[in-house]
Amino acid sequence: MFGTGLLKGLGITLKHFTDTFTDDRRKEPSRYEGSTKLDDRRRIVDQPITQEGLFTIQYPEERRLLPERFRYIPMLIFDTEVGEDRCTACGICAKVCPPQCIWIVRDMDDAGKPVTRPAEFYIDAAVCMSCSFCTEFCPFDAIRMNHDYELAVYDRYPQLVYDKEELTVPLEYYAALWPTQFAEEQERRAKEKEEERRREEEKKAAAAAKAAAKAAGASTSEGGEAKPKRTKAELDAMKAQAAAKKEGSAVAETAAASAAPAADDAEAAAKKARLEEMKRKAAEKAAQRKKESGE
Amino acid sequence: MSEATMVATAPAVESSLPYNDAVPGAVVGEWAADTDKALFVAPDKLTALLTHLRDKERYDLLSNVTCVDYSAYKGKARAGIAERFDVVYHLYSTKKGGGPVRLHVRVPENDTVPSATGVYPGANLQEREIYDLFGIIFEGHPNLRRVLTWEGFNGHPLRKDWKEAYFEEEAKPFKSRHPTGGYHWHEDKLPWGDNNTYPAGWDPDSWEAPVTYVPVSQAPHHGFGELDTQSIVINLGPHHPSTHGVFRMLTRMEGETILALEPEMGYLHRNHEKIGERNTWLMNMPFTDRLDYINSMSNNLGYALAVEKLLNIEVPERAQYIRVIMAELTRVINHTWSIGFILNDLGALQTPALYAIEEREMILDLFEEVSGARLMCNYLRFGGVVRDLTPGWEERAKYLVHDRLPRALDQLDGLLSGNEIVKARGRGVGYLSAQDLIALSVSGPMIRAAGVPYDIRKAEPYCIYDRFDFDIPTLPESDIYARYYIRLLEARESIKILQQALRDIPKKGEVLGGKGGYTFRPVEGEAYARIEAPKGELGYYVVSDNKANPYRYHVRAPSYINLNALGPMSVGYKVADAVVILGAIDIVLGEVDR
Repeated sequence: MFGTGLLKGLGITLKHFTDTFTDDRRKEPSRYEGSTKLDDRRRIVDQPITQEGLFTIQYPEERRLLPERFRYIPMLIFDTEVGEDRCTACGICAKVCPPQCIWIVRDMDDAGKPVTRPAEFYIDAAVCMSCSFCTEFCPFDAIRMNHDYELAVYDRYPQLVYDKEELTVPLEYYAALWPTQFAEEQERRAKEKEEERRREEEKKAAAAAKAAAKAAGASTSEGGEAKPKRTKAELDAMKAQAAAKKEGSAVAETAAASAAPAADDAEAAAKKARLEEMKRKAAEKAAQRKKESGE
Repeated sequence: MSEATMVATAPAVESSLPYNDAVPGAVVGEWAADTDKALFVAPDKLTALLTHLRDKERYDLLSNVTCVDYSAYKGKARAGIAERFDVVYHLYSTKKGGGPVRLHVRVPENDTVPSATGVYPGANLQEREIYDLFGIIFEGHPNLRRVLTWEGFNGHPLRKDWKEAYFEEEAKPFKSRHPTGGYHWHEDKLPWGDNNTYPAGWDPDSWEAPVTYVPVSQAPHHGFGELDTQSIVINLGPHHPSTHGVFRMLTRMEGETILALEPEMGYLHRNHEKIGERNTWLMNMPFTDRLDYINSMSNNLGYALAVEKLLNIEVPERAQYIRVIMAELTRVINHTWSIGFILNDLGALQTPALYAIEEREMILDLFEEVSGARLMCNYLRFGGVVRDLTPGWEERAKYLVHDRLPRALDQLDGLLSGNEIVKARGRGVGYLSAQDLIALSVSGPMIRAAGVPYDIRKAEPYCIYDRFDFDIPTLPESDIYARYYIRLLEARESIKILQQALRDIPKKGEVLGGKGGYTFRPVEGEAYARIEAPKGELGYYVVSDNKANPYRYHVRAPSYINLNALGPMSVGYKVADAVVILGAIDIVLGEVDR
């Protein structure tokens, strides 16, 4: 019969129509389940992906819950734990910005020498394309993407050019907005700080050892000579390994097989030498400290 | 380096070059052997060589015609070549598959090149674009006038000596931004009316927009039947709710029947390719989002593949799967959007359109969750993707792919495929044979709706598509109904791929290979990478001279080149059908005009 296609289509539309209400009624008691009430008039609503039927979010009283990675205009982080801006005015964000809408003026101290701090930091929000390259390549975790999208103003200039004060947010705000990324970042920063602390201590120990060696060097024959970084046993072991690698697999295997016992012995000896070295350094440091505290 | 393999035009070595036995003297050298090897062709033998390639070697698809201005080239490979321009042709075969034939024709300044439209009519719009943006004249072109810029435009924008009105520096990053913080608003450099320069001898006040463009001007003007009636020119102007953007169609009509139709575009031209030359390689990624602005992940993928050819990075497994998942989700959202708007153009006021894009909204929510933005995702990088998926994303995607999307497509199928109005208005309308379509360089769902089973995912698999089991649906009718229905079938195939990809994706792994970093210098050379974007063959042609910025960056946009077929397809149908025919080609003006 002519028209069956149309009738079938109308049936589908009717079913779609009734489905919106049945789904709504099924969910009606819990239409706002999972939403966050901000006060008696405002709410943040999360639309689940299994949503079928009609669900209009009554903006502006209700707003949609944004995913963590939502990006709009960047923000500068003020690290409240340390009490200063994280930004060091390195300028990488200005370099990677595709529309080149970030410009930074580096600060100078009283003597006129540049310091790692921005005196001025502007982002032209009308030009920003929200690509988040600045956040991706900032080495100091100083710039991150904000979620605020209600930025409408009447004049493009100067109101849409954000300066440092407008862009700065406290660390807690960022932590609340990007919880997962904040947690990962804190972990990474703690690890980096630990690394740096350890490196500083090692450097100090090495400097102390060198000073002690120099002080004692006048009386010993090693005076003036720079201590080699690796002992001869270690160097031999490394040379054997490099030679083995160069000769290719089959030959390397035989070479390695023959050099392995020798290399193993050399390696064990090298390891022992390293441990002895570290023990000696620690003993020296302890002696130094004792001397200083004793004095 | 390339100069070692570059061959001078000495007759003694001709016999070793391809095609010189069939068309003697055509191929005179080789180029860029390290990256994408190409052949230099003598301009006077170009037509003969193209005819030979099309007829004897069966390279029937002229995919890409573009041009490079080498006047500012700093690399070593171009030493010893005097000609300024290279017109580049990429030819593929839909019948036998295999790699492209790449031809370079060296053109000195002010010289002409024989037009390829005699052999491949699809070179029409592409050569017009080269004429517009570079100024090269193609002899024998039926309609050589500006396409992306307007008639009174002064100069040729993609030439290296042409500077835009708000020009600041040759290459980003601009030195003024840091540490001194200099910034200039473009508006300050473009006071109203002062940024315009006109060509010499061209007076804006005395110029009148011609109404008689070719081929509209060539259609008969009067004399139809017993009464001597006249034909009229109707302008489906750029401001139109159904032209999918700012797009103009001129039609010469006899009553309601179209005698000739000519598309006019360029209202959204943003000089994307010149901006691409100013950007660094990485900075171009968010700009590619804005080409086909409803399918940003696909555009990112094409560009990433093109530059990865020059960078020699390996993409980790998990990133490959993520890329395929994103590309196929993009195909689903594009096809549902397209089906909705074909029906919109047919007059079904938004009901099918909104049914179709309901699931699209959920996929966009998935995109937002993982990349931060619904449409301008900027998610892919060279070597993978920028971040891993969020926890729970794969479960939500599986819910969509196994439950929601098949139901939605079945609902659309039930609603639309049997509908008598769709059939009456769609069957037999906008017919063009498969040979004509391929000759017009059309690609994508249009040729599959004409019976040609050519899909780049099968013909030249990229990005682990060879691991998935899916079919290429084809339909023989090549009319509007077929073009609508093929998109439904392709969306179902995409869901098949998505189900397999979500099943096989490695649970954990790196998602970004290579060294990362925001500035790098690829090897000198060129690369052309193409993907089966939802609208057709999306190709990116990049030329590198070992600098942080691309030397030449060209987008082979499927929407633009598919418009070659709009004129021939509309002849003989009613003006109401012209709107639907355009809808069935499925264009996005961001891609058409760049």
